Amino acid sequence: MTNAAGHKSIYHYSYRRSADQDTVARRPVIIVGAGPVGLAASIDLASRDVPVVLIDDADRIGEGSRGICWSKRTLEIFDRLGVGEKLVAQGVTWKIGKLFRGDDLVFSFDLLPEDGHKMPAFINLQQFRVEKALVDRALELDLVDLRWKNRLMCIEQHNDHVRLTIDTPDGPYVLEADWLIAADGARSTARELLGLSFSGVTFEDKFLIADIRMAADFPTERRFWFAPTFHNGQSALMHRQPDNVWRIDLQLGPDADVTEEQKPERVTARLKRMLGDRPFELEWISIYRFNCRRLERFLHGRVVFVGDAAHQVSPFGARGANSGIQDAENLAWKLAAVIKGEAGAGLIASYESERMQAADENIAHSTRSTDFIAPHSDAERALRDAVLALAPKAEFARRMINSGRLSVATVYESALSTPDEDSFAGSARLGAPLPDCRIQHAGGSGYMLAALPDAFTVLMFKNGAATQSAPEGIRTITVGAALTDPDGMLAQRLDATPGATYLLRPDHHLCARWRSFDRDKIAAARDRALGKS
Amino acid sequence: MPKLITASQFADPDAAYVALVEARRGLSVEAAAALDTKLALILANHIGDIDVLKEAIALAKDAN
Repeated sequence: MTNAAGHKSIYHYSYRRSADQDTVARRPVIIVGAGPVGLAASIDLASRDVPVVLIDDADRIGEGSRGICWSKRTLEIFDRLGVGEKLVAQGVTWKIGKLFRGDDLVFSFDLLPEDGHKMPAFINLQQFRVEKALVDRALELDLVDLRWKNRLMCIEQHNDHVRLTIDTPDGPYVLEADWLIAADGARSTARELLGLSFSGVTFEDKFLIADIRMAADFPTERRFWFAPTFHNGQSALMHRQPDNVWRIDLQLGPDADVTEEQKPERVTARLKRMLGDRPFELEWISIYRFNCRRLERFLHGRVVFVGDAAHQVSPFGARGANSGIQDAENLAWKLAAVIKGEAGAGLIASYESERMQAADENIAHSTRSTDFIAPHSDAERALRDAVLALAPKAEFARRMINSGRLSVATVYESALSTPDEDSFAGSARLGAPLPDCRIQHAGGSGYMLAALPDAFTVLMFKNGAATQSAPEGIRTITVGAALTDPDGMLAQRLDATPGATYLLRPDHHLCARWRSFDRDKIAAARDRALGKS
Repeated sequence: MPKLITASQFADPDAAYVALVEARRGLSVEAAAALDTKLALILANHIGDIDVLKEAIALAKDAN
């Protein structure tokens, strides 16, 4: 990966000496890396009453634009963490993707055709704005201790803790933790210190990624071109960001000269062929070769890897940062339950199995997309071009065009889920997040996901029988009582009949469901979802 | 009345594309074309309907 063009950093923070630097303290959780994933994990843990020390080797955010597409599931998590509405207000909302062959539109897709979701299919927003909102939120929480200019130097692993050496402007100090979360990105120091190999596929093709500032009234859609006339047979992608900033990806092929291609005059000439005489300014340029790879294990004793430190994908599909945020949410409630002594031994292992399933899914999709966009040989290109040639005439070919399959939440095939004993239709899936929908409750009109607590919750559809209480520690929401389903949308998405009962994990994933309320079955399913059986 | 189905029939169209692309991975253009020819014969026989075959040929020739 090369990233030559500099970019002003936007938000500065300052190093502050901690009392921990004068002694050897033991903390429940240290997170290394204050990017979106480390910040989300910190806020989530703190909201579950777990104190967190979050360290980062820098003292600023805002270099380059990097991640821009934030998916519905990520926004739902951000909403639970208290920043979702703010980010949606700042971002550019979109859900339509358009595919062009040459200069002709061949296919368009709608990523959220149904109504009743609080969060949109996607927003585009510069990564530094997301980080800024998360830092602001973290600073509101007493349980997050954010330490800038703290660089991880050494990890000593013990059976029940880690011992870290951390460098600062005042020199190094030692800090111990029951758990270390490595959220330190694609070039993870933690991964290097543990000597872990990070293997997979590197794609030969190079891609130019540019953010430009331009006043234009192009539609707020993801537009992808295969072999447009403005770019000489290679592919191009265009996305709108806020503030008249546009993201453009141009495929350059395997033989592109990285130094030459980053020269502003060269980039400007390429973009002029695409944009015509419209004036624009270059904000950020970089040239990438993409990798699809992951660690063999995400769990190494008391060190847990999340985000790009654990896995990396190509950007087609927006599966990088989004999967990292979903790692953070998967880990946070589990680690909190382990630290509070509520969980069984299997719970942390389930972080690894669930998120490895997600990583494999993301890598498979991202590899397929990259193979389609940048075929490995003339023989593979011939197949790709045949699909594109058939596309205007045959629907089956349009479905095969792959410019990136965009990030959706993983449906966990997990030991934490209790297999269905009754059959259920609807869009809700066992192991997936509960589908959102409009509801009515004491606060007026609202949304289902926003009405859920951060704890195990039973959702029961009223059936006229006397209300039964859920096992201790589980909240019950009766649909048809204080909370109602005015459009019947929730019942439809969950295929609910009167008495139908759904158990949700603290991350709002559905882990068990029945046609009737049975207290013992609910208790057993909750224990199973806590890794106790 | 056309008999050829052009609507997508695979539950996972990407998986079908991957199977086809992986079959030609590492092959020259000529070797891939020979593979395609054999595939065309095998699938034509599997379909076993001369009208469908002729419609498919017409669609392939028409798509450029």
